[in-house]
Amino acid sequence: MSSDALLSVHDLRITFDGIEAVRGLSFDVRPREVLAIVGESGAGKSLTARALLDMLPRGASTSGTIEPDLAAHRGRRISLVPQDALSALSPVHPVGDQLAAAVRSVARVSRKEARSRAIAALDRVGIPDAAGKARAYPHEYSGGMRQRAVIAMATINEPDVVVADEPTTALDEEHRDQVLRVLAEQREAVGAALVLVTHDMDVVRDHADRVLVMYAGRLTELGPAEEVLGRPRAPYTAGLLASLPQHAPPGRRLPALRGTPPAPGALPPGCAFAPRCPLAADACRTEEPEPQEVEGRLVSCHRWAELPHPATKLFQAQAQAQERAQEQV
Amino acid sequence: MSDALLDVRDLVVRYGGVTAVDHVSFSLAPGETLALNGPSGCGKSSTALAVLQLRRPDAGEVLFEGRELTTLTERELRPLRPRMQPVFQDPYGSLSPRHRIRDAVAEPLKVQGRWTGTDGPARVAELLDRVGLDPSYGDRHPHELSGGQCQRAGIARALASEPRLLVLDEPVSALDPSVRAGVLNLLADLQDDLGLGYLFICHDRAVVRHFADRAIEMREGHVISA
Repeated sequence: MSSDALLSVHDLRITFDGIEAVRGLSFDVRPREVLAIVGESGAGKSLTARALLDMLPRGASTSGTIEPDLAAHRGRRISLVPQDALSALSPVHPVGDQLAAAVRSVARVSRKEARSRAIAALDRVGIPDAAGKARAYPHEYSGGMRQRAVIAMATINEPDVVVADEPTTALDEEHRDQVLRVLAEQREAVGAALVLVTHDMDVVRDHADRVLVMYAGRLTELGPAEEVLGRPRAPYTAGLLASLPQHAPPGRRLPALRGTPPAPGALPPGCAFAPRCPLAADACRTEEPEPQEVEGRLVSCHRWAELPHPATKLFQAQAQAQERAQEQV
Repeated sequence: MSDALLDVRDLVVRYGGVTAVDHVSFSLAPGETLALNGPSGCGKSSTALAVLQLRRPDAGEVLFEGRELTTLTERELRPLRPRMQPVFQDPYGSLSPRHRIRDAVAEPLKVQGRWTGTDGPARVAELLDRVGLDPSYGDRHPHELSGGQCQRAGIARALASEPRLLVLDEPVSALDPSVRAGVLNLLADLQDDLGLGYLFICHDRAVVRHFADRAIEMREGHVISA
């Protein structure tokens, strides 16, 4: 554990239904930082986030260490902003009562004090007429307001770490920006670190200090967000960025990664990304790369030094070769 | 516009007292992609359903290849339906979990009386190949395919009807980014080769900017910018 870490994850493995979904993951969360965890479905990002909170689904087993054990003080030192705000709130209790209960679960304060803290928290996240809205039920809130109420609940006890698991996936673009702004403000206000699980690279660019890119349950790349996004060193990161329409070169064909992410439990031998990687060599198909230090970041790739910059052309060529191969069939 | 593939005029869709689509008009040329963009609840999917006559609009006209659809009976619509095909957001929900991919793609051919024992299977294999799926995937069930493969199968099924118009309702929103690009490229290829018109419903502005020729933005049932 490095000295400046708030939370240190070492060799985390999560097995679910007999399948190892997270396969030896190590990273730190630093005080007051925003660490984004990105990856596609099945990459293990949500399981990793849940492991930080000791909130894994039943049937999951873990090995490795997460220190210190903030999850033992869940709700006080570490808290969750879930994807689906509606199911995070009880439908049969007023929102204010639920926030007050969160306060009283960790602090010996009077009901009246808890209630006034709840109203103040709703006010801070920009809920108009907070005192009145505290008496309302979740179904009387709009989608964006509900998500803000959940952010208020996650930050009301001033935790050290807030884990947000795809907090904006269910929202459209306008609400997305608004909710992320509120989340950033509240995190700043209480001085918490934020672990932000997302698949949205624009969110990473706008909000993260560091980014952990996961693929098939492993660390692919971890480093300062601006540098990783500006010049990815792992071919998967580069391919993912190149395939986004907002970064695409003019013309209608997007640089595309061939194939699909592997299903957990059906991994190829060697590097899990090798079958889709335009740089894959023999070593990649036999030996899984370990994270290594490259220019102030961690990269798991045998071939990182061969990756051109920008890598767009590499993936365009790959997409074109794939099309040609199909035409010949 | 007389050469339009699709001409929608003053379309209105109401659900009870709520007007979901409020006098929306647009037209789409063959080989063109028109995006309908807007936040959830703005009426873009209701517009799509009304264009397809899957939900009959409460007012307005839908001219498809010059024919007014809203006044036609179901029986009169039936021969036109193959020519306008939907592709939906949820790739698994669009295909029956109990049918093999091969049967899902064959079904339109059979229903439309274009299936023969000799040519049918070859046509299915050709369609699967056309969407970038190895024909061996025909033996699988939807749950044995990834989301992107499943969406390709849904597109193959739509193509089986030899449509002129595809109504694409958030076709890539459920897909991972690295898979999404491949499906968008496939749609671009199909349009170039077959001259299909696309009514492309999508809430992601970056995808719309990249993929569509034109976009109209909806808000609370209205077109706010075209």
